[in-house]
Amino acid sequence: MMAAEVDDYRDMLRIRLIEEELLKCVQDGRVIGSAHLCIGQEAIPVGACRALKSDDPVVATYRGHGWALAKGVPPVQFIGEVMGRDSTLNGGRGGSAYLSSPDHAFMGENSIVGGGLPMTLGLAMAHQRRATGLIPAVSIGDGAMNQGNVHESLNMGSVLGIPFIVIVENNGYAEMTPSTDLTATPAAVRAAAYAIEAIEVDGNSASAVAEATRRARELAISTQRPVMVEAHTRRLGGHYSGDAQAYRPKGELEEWGRLDPLTRARSLLDPTVAEATYQQVVAEVADAFARAAQLPAPLEEEAMKHVYAN
Amino acid sequence: MVAALNAALRASLDRDSKVLLMGEDIAILGGVFRVTDGLVKDYGEQRVVDTPLAESTIIGAAVGLAMRGYRPVCEIQFDGFVFPAFDQIVTQVAKLRVRTDGQVAMPIVIRLPFGGGIGAVEHHSESPEAYFVHTPGLRVMAPATPADAFVMLQQAIASDDPVIFLEPKRRYWDRGEVDLAVDIAHATPMGRARVTRSGSDVTIACYGPMLRTCLEAADVAAGEGRSLEVIDLRSLSPIDFPTLVASVERTSRLVVVHEAQGMASVGAEIAAVVAERCFWSMEAPVIRVAGFHTPYPPNRLEQHYLPDVERILDAVDRSLAY
Repeated sequence: MMAAEVDDYRDMLRIRLIEEELLKCVQDGRVIGSAHLCIGQEAIPVGACRALKSDDPVVATYRGHGWALAKGVPPVQFIGEVMGRDSTLNGGRGGSAYLSSPDHAFMGENSIVGGGLPMTLGLAMAHQRRATGLIPAVSIGDGAMNQGNVHESLNMGSVLGIPFIVIVENNGYAEMTPSTDLTATPAAVRAAAYAIEAIEVDGNSASAVAEATRRARELAISTQRPVMVEAHTRRLGGHYSGDAQAYRPKGELEEWGRLDPLTRARSLLDPTVAEATYQQVVAEVADAFARAAQLPAPLEEEAMKHVYAN
Repeated sequence: MVAALNAALRASLDRDSKVLLMGEDIAILGGVFRVTDGLVKDYGEQRVVDTPLAESTIIGAAVGLAMRGYRPVCEIQFDGFVFPAFDQIVTQVAKLRVRTDGQVAMPIVIRLPFGGGIGAVEHHSESPEAYFVHTPGLRVMAPATPADAFVMLQQAIASDDPVIFLEPKRRYWDRGEVDLAVDIAHATPMGRARVTRSGSDVTIACYGPMLRTCLEAADVAAGEGRSLEVIDLRSLSPIDFPTLVASVERTSRLVVVHEAQGMASVGAEIAAVVAERCFWSMEAPVIRVAGFHTPYPPNRLEQHYLPDVERILDAVDRSLAY
C-alpha cells in the first residue's frame, strides 16, 4: 500500500518539478515560445497510467507533458524535445505541444482542441481488428466537449462498437473562460446521449483516478464501446506560460491551491520517506535538465525532411 | 470509369490485408456512384465500413488506423463534403510524418468525386484541389481516363504518403480500354504527367474532367490547321514540371485549363513556374482558362461557368496572337 503511494507522489512530483523548471526555461529563453502546463492536474495522468497497460496507446492534448512522462518517456529526451533540441523523440519537431513517442505508446499531443478523439477511435479500430486486447485512451479538456470531433467520435465509436477511454480533465477553465460559461451540460451527463458509460472521479487523487480508469477499461471491454471518465480537477496555472490570468477571481488560486494533489499525496506519506523522495526527484530532475541542454540543435539542412516518404 | 475504380479497389484489397475502406453509404448501398459496389459482400464489414455522416471523424479515424499500419481508403461522397474534414486533413494527415520526425506514416487515400457538369448543386460540383495542393505533406492525383483511374488508384493506395484522389465525376460513365493485367510498379509512375496528344503550336495543360474537353478542342483546332499539344497532368502535387517545361520550350506557348476558380489555383502556380523556367523560350504569356471567381453556380448557369471548347480555342487564339 505504502509503496503505491510513494510511487504516486514521486511520479507526480517529477512532472511538477519538470514543468516548474520548463516555465523558467520559457522565461529565460531555453525554451522558445510557450508551454501549456498541467500544474495541479498531475494526479490524472499518473493515476490513469497506473491502470492502463503499458502498451495501451495514449493520445493527449497540448497540456500533455504529464501524460508523456506518465507513459514512461525518458525525462532527458522529453525535456530536450520541449527545448526544441534534436531529441530521440521527434528531433525537436514536436516540441512542447506536439511531442510523441510511439515506442512508449504515447501517440502524441495535439494543438487542435478535441483533435485527438478521431485518431483514438482509429487506433481502437486497429486494435480491435487485430485483437490485441489493448484499449486506447485519450485525454481532453472540458473545453473540448464543445468540439464537433468529440461528438462525432463518441457517436461513431458507439454505433460501430469500438472500445476506448475518453478522460475529460475538467479543470474549471476552457482556455481563459470558465467552463461553466461555455458548456450547456457537464461531460458525464452527455455520455448518456451516446449510450456509453461515464464515471466521475476526484481528479486530484491518483489512486481514485487509477480505480476509475481500471473500471473504465473493464467497461470498455465488456460494452465494446467508448467509456468516459470525467476527472474533476483545478488548473493551478495559466492556460499557457505567458497567461497573466487576470480573469481569475481574487483568492481563487489560494482556494484551489488547498486542493493541490501533490500536497495531498505527500500528506499520505511518512515525513521522512516523503522528504527523501523529494530530494531524490529534485536531484534527478536537475540532472535531466543538465543533460537535455547538451542535446544538439536540429540541423537547418534537415528542415525539409519527412514531408514525404521519399 | 466506375468499374475501373471498383476493380482497382478489389485489386488493392486482394493485395494487402491492411487495406480497408470507410465512408458514407459505401457498404450496403455500394456508394452513391457505385464505386464500392459489391465490395462488402466479398470483403466483409470489417474491411468495408459504413460510417456515420461525419467526414471529420472518418478521416481522423483513418489517422489512428494508419498509425497502426492500416491503409485506409476513405470515400468523401461529394467534393464539397470534404470541408468538414479539412481540419483533420491539413492539421493531422498532412503533418504527422513531419511532426513525429518520420516515425509515423500516413498511407491514407481520400477519394473525392470532384467537378461539375452533372446538374448538381454547389457542394456536389466543386473543384477544391488548390487547398490540398497548397498543403505540404499531401499528394494530389486526378485521373482523366478509366485506364489511369485503375492504375493510379492502386498506386495511391500503395503509396506511404497521404493522397487526395480526385475522381472526375462527370467522366464516371466514360468508357475506355483498361488493361487489368497491368503491373502498377511498371506503369507510368505516380507524379508523372503524360503527353496525351503531340503538337507543335501551343501546349495545353489540363487534368481530370478537362482532358476530354481539351482533346475535343485539339481536334477542332487541327481542322483549322493548328497543332495543339495536350498534356494530362495526372498529378497536381507534385506537378511534373520537367514534362511541362520540355513541351513549352518546343511550342513557346502554354494554355492551362481547369474547372476550379483561377484565383490562386493550380493554373496560377503553373503560370508562375513556367514563366520562371521558360522565360527566354516563350512567345506569349501563359493563359488560364478556369472557373470564374464565384461560388459554383446553379445548374442553369453551369455550362457558362465550365471551360468548354470555345473558351479553350479562344485562349489558343489569344496565345497565338502574340
